[in-house]
Amino acid sequence: MRNGRMSGARAFRPLVYAVLLVGCAIMLMPVMAMVSTALKSMPEVYAPEPNLIPASFHFENFYKALFDPAASYRPFNFLPALKNTVAITLLNIIGNLVSCSLVAWGFARYQCRWNRPLFIVMLSAMMLPSIILSIPTFVLFVKYFGWYDTLYPLWVPSFFGINAFFVFLLHGFFRGIPESLLEAARIDGCSEIGIFSRVVIPLSKPVLMVVAVFTFIWSWNDFFTPLLYLEDESKFTFAIALRQFVRGSQGSVFGTQWNLLMAANIVVTIPIVGLFFAAQRYFVEGISLTGVKQ
Amino acid sequence: MTSASRDTKYFFLFISPWLAGFLVFILGPVLSSMYLSLTKYSISDPPRWVGLDNYAVIFKGWEPSFYNSVKVTVAYSVIAVPLGVLVALLAAMLLNVPRIKGMSYFRTVFFLPSLLPAVATTITWAFVFNPKYGYLNAVYASVFDGEGPNWLMEHTLACLVMIAVWGFGNTMMIFLAGLQEVPKSLVEAATVDGANVWQRFWHITIPAIFPVIFFNFVVGIIVSFQVFTQAFVFREVGGAQINEKAVFFYVLNIYENAFQNGRFGLACALAWILMMAILSMTLVQFYLKKKWAPYLEAN
Repeated sequence: MRNGRMSGARAFRPLVYAVLLVGCAIMLMPVMAMVSTALKSMPEVYAPEPNLIPASFHFENFYKALFDPAASYRPFNFLPALKNTVAITLLNIIGNLVSCSLVAWGFARYQCRWNRPLFIVMLSAMMLPSIILSIPTFVLFVKYFGWYDTLYPLWVPSFFGINAFFVFLLHGFFRGIPESLLEAARIDGCSEIGIFSRVVIPLSKPVLMVVAVFTFIWSWNDFFTPLLYLEDESKFTFAIALRQFVRGSQGSVFGTQWNLLMAANIVVTIPIVGLFFAAQRYFVEGISLTGVKQ
Repeated sequence: MTSASRDTKYFFLFISPWLAGFLVFILGPVLSSMYLSLTKYSISDPPRWVGLDNYAVIFKGWEPSFYNSVKVTVAYSVIAVPLGVLVALLAAMLLNVPRIKGMSYFRTVFFLPSLLPAVATTITWAFVFNPKYGYLNAVYASVFDGEGPNWLMEHTLACLVMIAVWGFGNTMMIFLAGLQEVPKSLVEAATVDGANVWQRFWHITIPAIFPVIFFNFVVGIIVSFQVFTQAFVFREVGGAQINEKAVFFYVLNIYENAFQNGRFGLACALAWILMMAILSMTLVQFYLKKKWAPYLEAN
């Protein structure tokens, strides 16, 4: 009986492999399309039966897409967009790390009658569709702060600890720090700020890494905010520079220059892939702890 | 100073960034959008009170895209959310099979796409879907031996559903975490009692991870009602090759009303209708959960 079931499980195993491999092929199809098209010549891009392996490898497509303004009628603003995207991403990481951990520590550590009601208010803000906030926020930033076509709307809000996912995540972690440790620091003469900065923060590196990597991803990939606020191409981030480049590459008399477009796509995507492999466990932790979604 | 009032002081000190941010970036905007939804407002002129006119205009169908965008968004949600949750659950179960070689690579390949920039992946998919020189119809032709359909024009919404389902990695990771929590003793006991794979799945795994399925459904609906980037980029890349009406999602309509046509009041009213739709969908799901939970536990 038992042996029969074991051999059943063994027979089951090749099937699992087969399904996994087919699944991988489907998941990787757009990635392979991206890479192979980026290396093709224009005639080959438009061949009716596309080959996965290009007939000849055109690595110069990357150079053309990133640095050659003559390659399309509206160039991909690579260097300015790189600078802007990196700056925004770093500012958002700093902002979220500092502000969300302060706020989460306040909620985790100091009990008073305001604590629970405000915590519920904070969490319920997660339910709000972002579009409902973005219209009045746009009016505020543009009309009252004069922030149209500046980078401020893309990073200033992250310094106010309003990302409820992160506050919730950090709150959960901070609650697990043993009381005895904090008491010991207090007896040693540590101030409340000192306890936070010298005891709590160093203990929380893993969870802070989760906040940092998710901020990186969201900030890097964000399309909506820069689309609303940025007008001048020199201020573009990658997400909207790519969108602009779609138009630039459509202007060609030969049809859309998919090869250059895919080369630019790869350049924008690679840092995310790199970050994933460098910080894989933080992604897994972050998602399984909170169920965050983009 | 008593320790209670000292705690109150530090509490407010630490949460002060959030308090300020909440007032300026959340509460203020929520209240102003509620007010603006009752006005005619174009940002350059001061808002003019019109009462419920914006809502009347919308529901009477005078806002020409409202009903179409609702139809598109609901159709998308109805297909993409259950399909995405199902695919994610099945993938998570496959990736949870013990002693498979190279499992960490498989997990990476299934998970990573959900993290990639939506702009880049949507552009790439638009190329893959191209009926003439795209990869999907090349695969189609080699499998079915015939010309594939015109995905971009005739199955525009299906394209967006495929893009969404392809990004199931997030949902899958939540399921994987949930599956680790299923008590092994329960599964072993059922195996000893002679339950087959299907019975164990249906009577043990599903009830055990029901809260996770529910969570993914609720979040999935909330997210799907707010699709913007994929639709926006797909429309732009597809140009005249796609059915524009079929990608005119609800939030795209809000965006155009507000930021392209300067109808901020009307756009706020549309946003509030969306808010109410999301809220009521979520409440309905919680109600259904309460109603169905006893049956699931009886399993």
